[in-house]
Amino acid sequence: MERKVVITGCGIWSCLGTTLEEVRQSLYDGRSGIQFSQERKDAGFRSALCAAVPPVDLKPYVNRNFRQFMPEEAQYAYMATRDALASARLEQDYIDQHEVGIIYGNDSVAEATMRSLDKFRQFGSTAACGSGAIFQSMNSTVTMNLACLFHLKGINLTASAACASGSHAIGLAALLIRTGMQDCVVCGGAQEANMYGVASFDGIQSFALRDEDPTRASRPFDRDRNGLVPGGGAATLILESYESAVRRGAPILAEVVAWGISGNGDHISTPNVAGPARSLELCLEQSGLQVKDIGYVNAHATSTRIGDAREAQAIAQVFGDYRVPVTSTKGQTGHEMWMAGASEIIYSMLMMKNDFIAGSLNFENPDDETACVNVVPETRAAHFDTFLSNSFGFGGTNSTLIIRNI
Amino acid sequence: MTRNDIIEQVNGLLSEEFEIEQSEFAPEASLKETLQLDSINLVDLIALVQMTYQITIPVEDLHKIQTFNDLYDYIEQHLPA
Repeated sequence: MERKVVITGCGIWSCLGTTLEEVRQSLYDGRSGIQFSQERKDAGFRSALCAAVPPVDLKPYVNRNFRQFMPEEAQYAYMATRDALASARLEQDYIDQHEVGIIYGNDSVAEATMRSLDKFRQFGSTAACGSGAIFQSMNSTVTMNLACLFHLKGINLTASAACASGSHAIGLAALLIRTGMQDCVVCGGAQEANMYGVASFDGIQSFALRDEDPTRASRPFDRDRNGLVPGGGAATLILESYESAVRRGAPILAEVVAWGISGNGDHISTPNVAGPARSLELCLEQSGLQVKDIGYVNAHATSTRIGDAREAQAIAQVFGDYRVPVTSTKGQTGHEMWMAGASEIIYSMLMMKNDFIAGSLNFENPDDETACVNVVPETRAAHFDTFLSNSFGFGGTNSTLIIRNI
Repeated sequence: MTRNDIIEQVNGLLSEEFEIEQSEFAPEASLKETLQLDSINLVDLIALVQMTYQITIPVEDLHKIQTFNDLYDYIEQHLPA
């Protein structure tokens, strides 16, 4: 028998805030988390824009020997997970006595890898890499660190699926809970925010050129968009079977109704319409809902010319005559990449729980290809009980989630 | 560099790297116990010596370095001229 999957806790470390209340307020106010980076300009970036992600001080929480194992993205994930566990009222005693798992999205460890190999090459000794280098420079660094720190004894898995990593992590966790293989899974996505993680991405000319006006640079669906702005941080959700949540007396925030997936099987970086559309269709089919049941779509739209256009067409194709309200929170956050699929569930839940839709920042005019969707430009009061969230990634990996209020 | 210079500099580096107060250091105290080293982060001690003094400690020499004094001795004896 399939079980109902619910969300019982959330935590986030983002450029919009490091508490849910800060993030809610930033979303409502349309505050941008984007800044100009002189460091990137001086280093030779074509676009010197990035999200202003607050640094983490782990010293009060994690001892020195363990911190050696944790690169930037694991530090963000630790803080987000700490808050998520607290908000789900998951105490360590409970975790120690139950099989709690972790599935987290992460798809790069660039700075940690670079720094350790620089030392190796400089000193001609593998010991110079230091004790933490091997653990910091594996893609699964977030799950390996968090599983040990929080004593998680269930599934321990990293989802690496480019910019859909966080969404796939949630979808996989929900699937395992739905089928009864796990009762409770910590899931989310993390993204290193340093410049080394995205230098090569800047190199392929994907980033927004608007250094003189950072807060207006990320403009999903807008006619004058010219690229994405890289972001970072981490977002954690606690997924749990409904029975487990009730048994624990946990706060039940929302239900993960369905997960849709697809692959484009096409170009490595240029998305098509058919692939994303099939992800949406499968998700809707799995949910048993009609398109008119969806009150809001949090789009993947990253502010690239082709990506936004193809997604707009996919949404329009699937939703037909129903002009569902659509925004992309990336106008405020930039593209949080491996983290985005998880953080955007939290952003959307904050809107759903507080009866508003945050306006799609910097959307001023559609173009011929994005006019087919109903982009909400300004924050407005709105009550909705169900939303759909898209995440698409390089290589044509697509993931869609439908979440319902409880 | 005098032995006292080495002791002062090494203690400062170890304290900063391993986040242990220098007041807990003693010449005959065990490095492993004082710095809370295990088989994995022992490599950070090796790396620190290598990067600061350009001295490579071969694995077969590690057993000779048990106390703070052993470490001062090793560095003093192997400092490049």
